[in-house]
Amino acid sequence: MLLPEDVPLIELNVAIKDKYYANSHSLVIKDMEFMVAPGEFVAIVGPSGCGKTTLLNMISGLEDSSGQAINCNNQSVHHSNNQHIGYIFQQPRLMPWLTVNENVQLVLSPPQYKQIDGLLEQVGLAGKGDYFPHQLSGGMQRRVSIARSFAISPELLLLDEPFNSLDAPTASRLRLLLLELWRHRGTTMILVTHDLQEAIYMADRILFVSDSPSTIIHQVAVDLPRPRSESGSQELAWHAQLMAKYPNILAGSLD
Amino acid sequence: MSKTLSNTLFSQLLIRFALVGILGLLWQLSAWLIASPEFPSLLKVADSILFHINEGEMITNIAVTLKRVLLSFIIAMVLGVVIGIFMGTNRWVNKLADSLLIIALNVPALVTIILCYIWFGLVEAAAITAVVINKIPTVVVMIREGARVVDQDLLAVAKVYRLSPLKVFFKVFLPQLYPFIMASARSGLSLIWKIVLVVELLGRSDGVGFALNTLFQFFDIPGILAYTLVFVAVILMIEAIIFRPLDRVVARGRAID
Repeated sequence: MLLPEDVPLIELNVAIKDKYYANSHSLVIKDMEFMVAPGEFVAIVGPSGCGKTTLLNMISGLEDSSGQAINCNNQSVHHSNNQHIGYIFQQPRLMPWLTVNENVQLVLSPPQYKQIDGLLEQVGLAGKGDYFPHQLSGGMQRRVSIARSFAISPELLLLDEPFNSLDAPTASRLRLLLLELWRHRGTTMILVTHDLQEAIYMADRILFVSDSPSTIIHQVAVDLPRPRSESGSQELAWHAQLMAKYPNILAGSLD
Repeated sequence: MSKTLSNTLFSQLLIRFALVGILGLLWQLSAWLIASPEFPSLLKVADSILFHINEGEMITNIAVTLKRVLLSFIIAMVLGVVIGIFMGTNRWVNKLADSLLIIALNVPALVTIILCYIWFGLVEAAAITAVVINKIPTVVVMIREGARVVDQDLLAVAKVYRLSPLKVFFKVFLPQLYPFIMASARSGLSLIWKIVLVVELLGRSDGVGFALNTLFQFFDIPGILAYTLVFVAVILMIEAIIFRPLDRVVARGRAID
């Protein structure tokens, strides 16, 4: 894949031996190891409640990852402060008291403010800069959170079921938007989802995780040409083939 | 939208004035009916207001009291908000200070005032300190509740995007406390001016509290009511000048129908 030259590339190595939920003794992740290549789009698919969000939180530094090895470009995310990690949460998580412009400005420094207009245009929100979040639809709020995450020119973008609870057309538009941004910027992406079709549509590689304590039970490269279509015959065939081979894979089991 | 807004504002004002007018009328009528020197009519009180304003001492007394109210209000709010945030966000601070807070909430205002005067002397600083000590606990209680329910999801956004501590505080954390700060400021102003009057009555030689005490010695009931009316009017004005614009800041970005 061709990448623009000015994009800083990031390689991610994750090796988690055991991760417990905070304040409890239940093991949530056990022996999970994987690598993400620079510019790669990886989807992590697994049953709900299997610790996928915990994994993203550990990578982003929100969750304690001491004692585990999570390295960006061979530097532990636990210590380093110079990585640009973007995170698109399940909910848009905008500050309700800030306008769209101010929400994006929040993550930037003043000299970078001038790029905001272009960014809002890219996500289809041109002219909406002075609106408050409550004046926007759910899909538009999502777009703002996407704009916010791309504003910092992330080297690594984490996506935690970002299209949950959106109507189907809105979700497809946003998927397309994300693929466009990914294609232009070459950001390394990790998408957590329980929707296999979405993963097939978007990712280079899919990691399947088990129920908690979760570990990677299977990984497979999506060897379909791009641009793909969400429910094209190739994609559906690929989906069917995988499901025929591992009927219970979405429940986190290979049997 | 602005037209309907000014319309509703106008009708609201009309209702307020009508209510005040009706109350005044009732007062005047009942004063005529009762015809007792202990219950002066509205007109007599109005006369007294003019008299005390012409004498000059009413305006200085109210100005002095207002200065005390505003000074102790600002100090109590700032300290109360800071302590409340610490207690609401830090479990250990909360554990340590919790019983202290309950004691502070329940010490009678009069005790604090008397002790302050005894320990610091009959000086201005003692008066202000006494009022502040009385007010801080109620501010702390409210702000602490606000700081406890701060949205952790939004703080996580701030952490992921590595916002500076100042940005986190002023753009993410503090705006969530605005409604709590407003509530404690509103209830605070009313509590504070009442305590200030007591403080003045007990140990100052100027201010509304002092004037009321003097009027009480002479059983000047129209004078007492005159002071009360004017002072309440001034407080209402302050409420309109300071709190209404602040309400707009608090309501920023919140859907209000």
